[in-house]
Amino acid sequence: MSHYHKTITELGADLQAGKVSSVELTQAYLDRLEKFKDLNAFITVDSVFALDQAKTADAQIKKGKNSALTGCPIAHKDIFCTDGLLTTCGSHMLANFVAPYDATVIKKFKDAGSVTLGKTNMDEFAMGSSNETSYYGVVKNPWDQDKVPGGSSGGSAVAVAARLAPAATGTDTGGSIRQPAALTGITGIKPSYGRVSRYGMIAFASSLDQGGIMTQTAEDAALLLGEMAGFDERDSTSVDQAVPDYVATLNDSLKGLKIGLPEEYFGEGLDDEVASVIEVALAEYKKLGAETVPISLPNSNLAVPCYYVLAPAEASSNLSRFDGVRYGHRAKEYTNLDDMYEKTRAEGFGAEVKRRIMIGAYALSAGYYDAYYLKAQQLRRLIANDFTEAFKKCDVIMGPVTPTTAFRMGDKTDDPVAMYLNDIYTIPVNLAGLPGMSIPAGFDKAGMPVGLHCIGQYFDEARILNVAHQYQQVTDWHQKIPPGFE
Amino acid sequence: MEWETVIGLEVHAQLQTKSKIFSSASTAYGAEPNTQACNVDLALPGVLPVMNQEAARMAVKFGLAIGAKVNKRSVFARKNYFYPDLPKGYQISQFELPIVGLGKMVINIDGKEKVVGITRAHLEEDAGKSLHEDFQGMTGVDLNRAGTPLLEIVSEPDMRSSKEAVAYLKKVHELVRYLEICDGNMQEGSFRCDANVSVRPKGQKEFGTRAELKNINSFRFVEKAIEIEIERQIDVIESGGKVVQETRLYDSVKDTTRSMRSKEEANDYRYFPDPDLPPMVLDDETIEAVRKTLPELPDAKRTRFIKEYGLTNYDAGVLTSTRALADYYESVCSHVKDNAKLAANWVSGELSAFLNKESKDITESPVSAGQLASLLNRIEDQTISGKIAKDVFEAMWASEGSVDEIIDKKGLKQITDSGAIEKIIDDVLAANNVQVEQYKNGQEKVFGFFVGQVMKASKGKANPGQVNEMLKKKLASA
Amino acid sequence: MLINNDDVKKIAHLARLALTEQESKDFAGSLSRILGLIEQMNAVDTAGVEPMAHPSEAALRLREDVVKEENQRDQFQAVAPATEAGLYLVPRVLE
Repeated sequence: MSHYHKTITELGADLQAGKVSSVELTQAYLDRLEKFKDLNAFITVDSVFALDQAKTADAQIKKGKNSALTGCPIAHKDIFCTDGLLTTCGSHMLANFVAPYDATVIKKFKDAGSVTLGKTNMDEFAMGSSNETSYYGVVKNPWDQDKVPGGSSGGSAVAVAARLAPAATGTDTGGSIRQPAALTGITGIKPSYGRVSRYGMIAFASSLDQGGIMTQTAEDAALLLGEMAGFDERDSTSVDQAVPDYVATLNDSLKGLKIGLPEEYFGEGLDDEVASVIEVALAEYKKLGAETVPISLPNSNLAVPCYYVLAPAEASSNLSRFDGVRYGHRAKEYTNLDDMYEKTRAEGFGAEVKRRIMIGAYALSAGYYDAYYLKAQQLRRLIANDFTEAFKKCDVIMGPVTPTTAFRMGDKTDDPVAMYLNDIYTIPVNLAGLPGMSIPAGFDKAGMPVGLHCIGQYFDEARILNVAHQYQQVTDWHQKIPPGFE
Repeated sequence: MEWETVIGLEVHAQLQTKSKIFSSASTAYGAEPNTQACNVDLALPGVLPVMNQEAARMAVKFGLAIGAKVNKRSVFARKNYFYPDLPKGYQISQFELPIVGLGKMVINIDGKEKVVGITRAHLEEDAGKSLHEDFQGMTGVDLNRAGTPLLEIVSEPDMRSSKEAVAYLKKVHELVRYLEICDGNMQEGSFRCDANVSVRPKGQKEFGTRAELKNINSFRFVEKAIEIEIERQIDVIESGGKVVQETRLYDSVKDTTRSMRSKEEANDYRYFPDPDLPPMVLDDETIEAVRKTLPELPDAKRTRFIKEYGLTNYDAGVLTSTRALADYYESVCSHVKDNAKLAANWVSGELSAFLNKESKDITESPVSAGQLASLLNRIEDQTISGKIAKDVFEAMWASEGSVDEIIDKKGLKQITDSGAIEKIIDDVLAANNVQVEQYKNGQEKVFGFFVGQVMKASKGKANPGQVNEMLKKKLASA
Repeated sequence: MLINNDDVKKIAHLARLALTEQESKDFAGSLSRILGLIEQMNAVDTAGVEPMAHPSEAALRLREDVVKEENQRDQFQAVAPATEAGLYLVPRVLE
């Protein structure tokens, strides 16, 4: 049996039609991810837990009490708390943390009857763009196993790219869904800030974090986002607005669609091969009836510096709760309370997490607040305003997701700044709180995937999903499977 | 040199909401450790705060009561520091934009009014408790209190003596209870106070370096702690030293203050707006709705009591010390005819004494306002004397029945029948010839003796006025 | 070098992170480079710009004052490093 090439939409139909049971499907995926465990895409796989859920799903399907997702296996980024399952957030700090509650996103998927296939690997506390900061080891890019898959949702991206899971949840603070989706050739959507509940999603930078979904197709993304989005009274930043039927508008025509092309996204630093793939993709859109308009996001080049004040500042505070008192790691040897704190945190956190905590604490400390934190918040306003202006001229904005395709492991680990600049096109979107997608658009000469970035207006996920889906009706980049994983 | 003391107080009043400020866990006092600490209170990974509307309303109520500026837009900020009773490693508080801005309170010192400025009042969450009993050499942490809403009321450094500080603190205490936003229980820590104390040479404009006295848990200790700290600071300066800015703890046993941390690290709280909580915006409608729930405030009530019931300043003060006592008093008054003064004496006298003796609150009084009014009416209509009334009250307190039942049952009805009184007087005079002679010889003080004997013979029931009058007549003609 | 070794130690203590000498040195280097990146912000004049703390302009939602949580101490303390008699145990706190 081979189901692994199928999308969630197709698997759901098969399950409903009784062509396959959830137990069979789940087992097939469990076998497959065992077979390719060298990719290191998962931190935790609990087959008993998964098969148990599959059995329940099968019973529900039999009774007819089911949804489109009942019985579908889905992988979850290990940043979402899952009741009864290890939830590590890629950190040594939480190596023994079995969450005593479900994140809202997990609960929604559970309620829909989907099966939790496992918890995917990620950069520690989502801080990284290559998955190299995970305490559980680097994740390999199935397109070239010497290369990184991107991050921080690298495990989820690889799980979907190598067809170890039909879909996986991710989170995106500065590009953590879109960048790994681009580097592994899959579809990923980061919704608008406030669209998906953050409750139970371990916080990195609260004003930027947003959960989303990584899939083979835009159609699946529409289906799954519809399931995970929505108001949550447990999240004060969740927006109380009805979730539209994203699937219903997938086939809307793109005639007359205005695509804004920010000049700053096509300038210096953009790899030529990536640029030409994007150019071809844009030509495809013109064939679909869209037109392109030049726009400008003049402050976007300062988004990375701005982000590297705000995100670490929030993170330094968010990560203070990991103190060895109520859960997680506690140092074995210590002389007093402060020593316990300092050793626990020194042992529990990796270098990149420590670096960001330090940057954040510094930016907020007495005497620096105005120069760094306040300045960054002002800049954030200017960056958001740029988008508002731009959207007066266009419906969506397009460009590359990353300046280059996937780089080699170890290439940027010694130079944090070079690593940070990898997210130059994705970060402005988080700062503005807008929805963004990565759409598979082709390959460079080395055969590494390139992602097309599609940015929508606030709460206009339906439009970018529609735009992505229409493209996927006339191209097959999203169906490409890495050699050796077919 | 003459020194002047400068004191500012920070009051932490726990707001009496049912649930916590940012979670739906109960705030009830006294539960088993950590049974009222939910995942939000424990700061489990991934949890988020959701603001309690009642806490916001209570803060607004306080702001309106002190005539302060209520900020329609206020912002929650994180105050970052590590401590075991602070699960998140930061306290959610308000920093730059508090819910209540500038206001003032008027205190009364030796009959003179003094205005104490209120800098601000802001909402924040309480911390848990560290229990210092020994657990294998470790400290135990109970997080039930973590997340209980607090209103921190910050005064201007306007007070110049410990006496003023206590007067101010009592005033705030009275007000929060009037507003029913805090139960004021200092023992349980629902009303706490930190005092910023400094001294400066009289006439100097600049403030001296201040010390912060932490968590002083009774009015008496506030006064003592401040007194001792003032002495300490003056000693330090006069012996050529310098006061250091630090946090000090009052030790009520040794009656000293001591530095809380030997190595006082420069606190750098790294405040910043909490990204989990958008700005709190209150519309006029909400604020006006809260205004409608404002009760008559203590000062207004006192003035009215003086005017309406003809009470002295002192009596009015006692009777309005809590809203419940004032309500009780007014309820008694509504049932008695034109004798508010008598009602005042009874409520602040006998009733309060009984309540104190049994540590009861006025709301727990076994004698209702209506019952007390019936008793007063029996004094008024001369059914019983004031003295007998005390016995009746005691029986009422012991729930022995209604006023009239008790009077009947115990046969306490006053004797007003002049025939019956005359008979008793005659008997007394006949039995005490010696004293009658003395009286006739000008020793008028024996008159009291006769009154006593008559009252004794009547078991206290003879109407004292009648006894006096008739005795005088009898003795004159004897 | 924007941040020196002493700065690193000060911040590390604020953040309760024990660092070795070597780590302190390394961090002084990488943090300085990052601060160099951050200071590019100064290229833009932001005078008078309203700081943006949240992506949406929505106001805080207030919840009703109702107790909904039940006692889950056992589940919560199952993942705790050290407890006794329902309390979390920490190294002695001296005041």
